[in-house]
Parts: sequence; structure tokens; C-alpha cells
Amino acid sequence: MLHFDCGSCNGCDIETLACLTPVYDIERFGVINVGNPMHADILLVTGTVNPRNKKVLVNLYDQMPNPKVVVAIGSCGLSGGIFKDAYNVLGGIDKVIPVDVYVPGCPAKPEAIIDGVVMALKKYEVIKKKHSDSVPSRMKWRKIAP
Amino acid sequence: MRETLLAIFIGLFATPLLGGLINGLDRIITARLQGRIGPPVWQPFYDVIKLLSKEKMVVNVWQAFCAYAYLSAAAISVVLFFLKSDLLLILFIQAVGAVFVVIGALSSTSPFSQVGAHRELLQILSYEPLLILVVAGIYLEIGSFKIDDIYAWGQPLIFKLPFLFIALGYALTIKLRKSPFDLSTSHHGHQEIVKGVLTDYSGPFLALIEIGHWYDIILILGLCSLFWATGWIGMIILVAITYFIEILIDNVTARMTWRWMIGYVWAMGLTLSIVNLIWINLA
Ligand code: SF4
Repeated sequence: MLHFDCGSCNGCDIETLACLTPVYDIERFGVINVGNPMHADILLVTGTVNPRNKKVLVNLYDQMPNPKVVVAIGSCGLSGGIFKDAYNVLGGIDKVIPVDVYVPGCPAKPEAIIDGVVMALKKYEVIKKKHSDSVPSRMKWRKIAP
Repeated sequence: MRETLLAIFIGLFATPLLGGLINGLDRIITARLQGRIGPPVWQPFYDVIKLLSKEKMVVNVWQAFCAYAYLSAAAISVVLFFLKSDLLLILFIQAVGAVFVVIGALSSTSPFSQVGAHRELLQILSYEPLLILVVAGIYLEIGSFKIDDIYAWGQPLIFKLPFLFIALGYALTIKLRKSPFDLSTSHHGHQEIVKGVLTDYSGPFLALIEIGHWYDIILILGLCSLFWATGWIGMIILVAITYFIEILIDNVTARMTWRWMIGYVWAMGLTLSIVNLIWINLA
């Protein structure tokens, strides 16, 4: 699981990190927070997208090997939320990359986030099946970010 | 002949299973020590199976080659261990594997891989002398590098080589990538240099490295077990206690810098080993 703070107010980030603490302990489901998109299967995104961090978000998404799932967290991640009308905000995460699971709330509760992640894991299985049917036998060369 | 085949079979197939299981138990115990519940025991296997089913993505083809080379070197050294071969040979093959991981990481241009690779080299530099000294100590005591002869030796080596066993503990901590020596992959501090040497390995290649790491765990724990080679029960208890202490150390210490690591490991490890070697020579 990779967590990317895409311009959130930090409310959702704190709730996301709370999932790792002893109280919620998301490692029960075998999920750990990694800092490396190349090791991640689930991309958690909090906050709104703007023209600047859009490139970073797309780059992170591209660096994750298939199959992968994306979870958008908080009202901001879903639609732009309270910042929707700001001049620099493009809207929700799904304006830039395909989103598989939406977790609402402002901020989203840790229970809801864990629910979303577990749902994402289920969806991951489905995507994996589809992926293994169409898996290319050749190696893919990763584009190195400029 | 049948025994040889059995040893090869155990070395190749049973050790990764055991290594993964140890890894799973390690994660559970660590979680319990931190007041969490932790993942299922089989989680490392789920992870590796998942990684194997992912898309192959490489920065350049050398990475794939290095991952395979590491896995084969690790597997060969473990098989040789089960064949009761020469300890020095085993150590050098294991070192070749460790260097291949570094080469693979250096073949990418990512700064995180590069920093991680350099740190990994420094780690190898810190623990290899200790491993060689441990083997030298065993040689001085029983007059042979062969594991066969160690098993034939009448009494547990740990009474004669207690300081060398502690020195081996340092090497074990570094090799297991445990705190305070988890510099190269920043195992707990993943925001620091992302994942260090492992940053650019992904999908199936990461799985290969992980399986190689399981082989490595078993090899080093096997080295520990040689210190109580007279009976199975003593062997297992010694290894279990050592590993539990490793987990404790991992949980109570913070990550240090590489300068501290080299200074400390060399000062402590080499002193302990040399004191022990002098002791054997005098006795
Ligand atoms: S949804 Fe609310 S808490 Fe979350 S980032 Fe947006 S404003 Fe902050």
C-alpha cells in the first residue's frame, strides 16, 4: 500500500496513518505502508489534484506494476470537496487516474479507510484474474522519470 | 547417494519454506511487542506469490540477471551447508550473492538505489570479516573447515567460543536487516531512502530477492546452530533464543548511521573475536 498526499488538508492523512497504529493495526490484513510505488499494489490518495501534483500522481501510478488498485480518500479525493471551487483545483483523483474504491468522509474515519482497503484487496483479486489472462510474456521497461 | 539427494532436496525446497515461516513468526512477534495483532503466519508466502504474479518491470536487464544470480548463490550456499561442505566455500558463495544484489541496484540511476547499494556494500564490509573470523575460530578449535567434522566434535562449541558467538550475532543482525543496522533497505524507516537497495527491484524480481533472503536467514541461523552441534534439541533452543533476542534488539533500538555501524561492529566484533582466538590459542 502506498499513501500519497495529493494536496490534502492533512486531516485525511492523519486518519490514514492512524490505521497503522496499534488501535487499528491494518497489518492484520497483511497490508503494510511502503514508501516505494514499485513495491505497492494499492495506491491510497488523499486530497485534491492540481496541475502541479497531477504529474507526480500520474508518475507514481505509472511506476506501480500491474495489477494495481487505487483508493481515493476523503471528500477532497472524491470530488474536490471543500476546495472544489478553488482556482487551482482540478477536482477529484478520478480526473487524472482511474479510481477503484471511493472512501467518503471529511476526514474519512480510519474504520472506513480500512474497509476501503479491504474492498480494494477484493477488487485486486478480480483485476489479477483479468490481468493473468492477458499477461504479456515480455518484460516491460520502466520509463525513467525525467 | 540417497542421503546426498535428500540433503539437496531439503536445502532447495524445505529451507525457503522454513525461512518464510520464520519471517512470518518474526512479523507476528514484532507486532505483539508493539501492542498490535500482526499479520497471519503465512503472510510472507502470500506476499511472494502475489509478487510472482505481478508484471515484470525492470529498469535494465542486468537487474533481472542480478536477482537470479543472488537467488542461485543463496540457494547453492544453503545446499552446500546441508551437504556438510566446507564453511569457507559456503561463506564465499554467499558473499558473491550479496554482491550481486548491490550490482543490480547500482545498475539503476535512481539515487535511492545508489545510496542503498553503497550502504549495503558498507554492511557487507562490516559483517564479512566477522564471519571469516568465526570460521577461523572454529578451525582453530577443531582443526577443520568441514561441517562434517563439527558435527562429529564431542562438545558444544559455544563453551569454547562464546565471544565469537556474540560476534556472529552482530553479523546476524546486519544480515537479517534488523535495526540498528537496517541501513541499506531502511526496513522500518521507509520514507528515508525509500527502500534502499531494493528500490528498483519490483514484482517477480523482488520475490526472487525475498526468497534469496529466506535462504540467507537459514544459512546464518545454521551457522549459529553449529555452536551447539551435539544434539537437535540444544541446537533448536539455541537458535530460537538467538532469534528472539534479535527481534527484541530490533524493536528496542533505533537506526544508526553507517559510520557508527562500521566503527562499532569492527571495534566490538573484532575485539571479541580476537580475545576469543587468543583464548583458544592459550588453552
Ligand atoms: S476530505 Fe476533509 S479532512 Fe480530508 S483532506 Fe479534504 S478537507 Fe481535509
